[in-house]
Amino acid sequence: MILTAVFAALFYAATAILVIGVAMRVVRYARVPAPLVIPTTPAPTTRLGVAARMAREVVYFESLFKGNKWTWLFGWMFHFAMLLVLLRHLRYVTEPVWSWVAAMQWLGLYAAFAMVVGLAGLWARRVFVDRVRYISAPSDHLMLALLMGIVLSGLAMKYLWHTDVVALKAFMLGIINFDFKPLPADPALIVHLSLVIGLMVIFPFSKLLHAPGVFFSPTRNMRDDPRERRHVARWADGRRT
Amino acid sequence: MSPAGPTGGERDAREPRGLNATIPMAKPEFDTPEIRKVPEIPPIRIGAMAHSQPFRAKPEHQAPLGFPGELVDDWKQVALDKMEDLLGKYRSLQVFMDACVKCGACTDKCHYYLGTADPKNMPVARQDLLRNVYRRYFTFAGRHFPKLVGAVDLTEDVVEDWYRYYHQCSECRRCSVYCPYGIDTAEITMAGREILDAIGVGQKYSNEIIGKVFKIGNNLGLPEPALKDTLEGLEEEVEEDIEVSVRFPLDEQGADVLLVTPSADFFAEPHVDGLIGYAKVFHQAGISWTLSSHASEAANFGLFIGSYDNMQKVAMRIREAALDLGVKRIVVGECGHAWRVAYSFWNTLVGPFDFLDPDYPVPQHVCEFTFDLMKRGALRLDPSANDDKVVTFHDSCNVSRASRMGDTPGGQFVIPRELIKGACNHFVDMAPGTTHEATYCCGGGGGLLTDDLVELRVKGALPRVQALSQVIEDHGVTHMAAICAICKSQFSKVLPYYGLDMDMIISVHQLVGDALVFDGH
Repeated sequence: MILTAVFAALFYAATAILVIGVAMRVVRYARVPAPLVIPTTPAPTTRLGVAARMAREVVYFESLFKGNKWTWLFGWMFHFAMLLVLLRHLRYVTEPVWSWVAAMQWLGLYAAFAMVVGLAGLWARRVFVDRVRYISAPSDHLMLALLMGIVLSGLAMKYLWHTDVVALKAFMLGIINFDFKPLPADPALIVHLSLVIGLMVIFPFSKLLHAPGVFFSPTRNMRDDPRERRHVARWADGRRT
Repeated sequence: MSPAGPTGGERDAREPRGLNATIPMAKPEFDTPEIRKVPEIPPIRIGAMAHSQPFRAKPEHQAPLGFPGELVDDWKQVALDKMEDLLGKYRSLQVFMDACVKCGACTDKCHYYLGTADPKNMPVARQDLLRNVYRRYFTFAGRHFPKLVGAVDLTEDVVEDWYRYYHQCSECRRCSVYCPYGIDTAEITMAGREILDAIGVGQKYSNEIIGKVFKIGNNLGLPEPALKDTLEGLEEEVEEDIEVSVRFPLDEQGADVLLVTPSADFFAEPHVDGLIGYAKVFHQAGISWTLSSHASEAANFGLFIGSYDNMQKVAMRIREAALDLGVKRIVVGECGHAWRVAYSFWNTLVGPFDFLDPDYPVPQHVCEFTFDLMKRGALRLDPSANDDKVVTFHDSCNVSRASRMGDTPGGQFVIPRELIKGACNHFVDMAPGTTHEATYCCGGGGGLLTDDLVELRVKGALPRVQALSQVIEDHGVTHMAAICAICKSQFSKVLPYYGLDMDMIISVHQLVGDALVFDGH
């Protein structure tokens, strides 16, 4: 009972920190103006073109693909697999389970292994490539450890120490509906959930801000139209001497 | 690559100096990097360029720009205040400080890293010099767990590193092409230099030059009478050469076009041949034009030091000249960063240009101008005039990655090449990955074109020289054309270090000018 109460409280707190923390950063990014037109060219000249550029950046990591094929391979594999795994997890918070979520459960399972491969590849680069090792802080390794821990503890519940997923789902739905049900006291599950809560909490204070940040990157989201459209930031307006 | 210079015996050059030191010890000698058949990414050599820094600005160089003349007493607080100010003014800086995941994609993209192997010349490491301080003072993680996230206190050593390594970045934006979040180290370098200027630690070269523009009107400090003389001399020279009286008008009221060009075009080699080329194009097209003694400079070093105010003040002279002379169009000569400022920032800084002819882009690059004439058949070109040359083209960084020519994205790559092909029969491109958006900086941009940084400039030119050497070997290339005054000066200086002829580097408009056929010839 105490376990349930603690984790319910932690989930609410972590969700609040994640949502409010990220929202505050996003508001900050949106409020700080981009005073000069600085897209990395060649750049699209229209809004639609910018949307397409941003989509390519977010969906298949276009710039990273140009930059480093190994990092792209591992990075893209990790992110796309994580998306599939997260979608698979929707079954724990929806009732009835959406049919497409039910249909892709097997895919989400394979994706977990792809996450492991992706994370291992990224970590190997961080350790073995001298340039990447030089730029790595302890937090960069810890972030990989955290993510790896989440994936491995998740896989452990599937293949080593089965957890009572029916009870888990009841707990999750209980949190959403404020109708609390006991959390199964399985060690692997406790580890898994603790690490996920940890990830949610550090999100707004860490380099995970790259996720919202990319949408605000002026070199990617600005149109190349400075001759056609006069662009003046609030603080720079009327400064001319 | 043979490691660039010894490390053991050079300790004296690396001893920490006080922040008020004005005369860095120049490193007397260094080894020019070796050109390899297959370019390699060097293993990191910590501190390999820690001795490199430019001369510091004296009080008289700082004052005209509105910066303190020497290190201010409460420099630490002033620096942090300035950082906070910039974080609130530039979304680029704010987002870039947060978004980096240290993926390493940029680590092998900087020509200065490739040429020096100093890890602080890796773009992410250069950014981290500022980011680590940002984290310490402006983020929760850095305030409470500095060791964990690599946050550092702002100390004199940090400021020294800023000064060294923010003057080993040419703001060429190559790294920004490859960053998954579009982080542009140029933005960070500009912020770093702004903070340094704010605490009184300025760079002599850039700040002295900006002062000259304010005082005299151009980077060279060439006063109006001297400019007039120079232009008259050019008229005589061209008349002698082709027996056509091509004019070089100055301050002519009512001309159609105001040409604003880097002042190096007035006297430096090979720049001046480009200026002669523009004049011949104007002459053959029959378009009236003029230079301005008030705005006798296209360059705008305000960009390099990240100073919005100074950049605006420098740009204002051009607006004033255009209004005074009553021109209908503004054309900008061959200059990379000047074109970035003109194309991307003029409208913002000193626009709108609603007093100019709306049928033409404002401003217009001289390559756009000439290309337009060429397409319309208004120029008579005989490319065989350049049959003694096999030409390649160096895409200048600011033109390639920070601006455009023509109506479509990528026009900045097509138009200069079309001009070259229209003016000469033998053109080859350098290897993919070294041209277009992936072009390597010449090694002298961003306010680094100064003799106190010659080692950096030579080493930074390595990737470009490597690609050039390849086309020399494979295709017998004899000349490399460029559309940037800095590139031209830089290559003239550094090519001989690699055993190449300094005369290899030429202006695109020299090729055009030499190929133009005038009546009776």
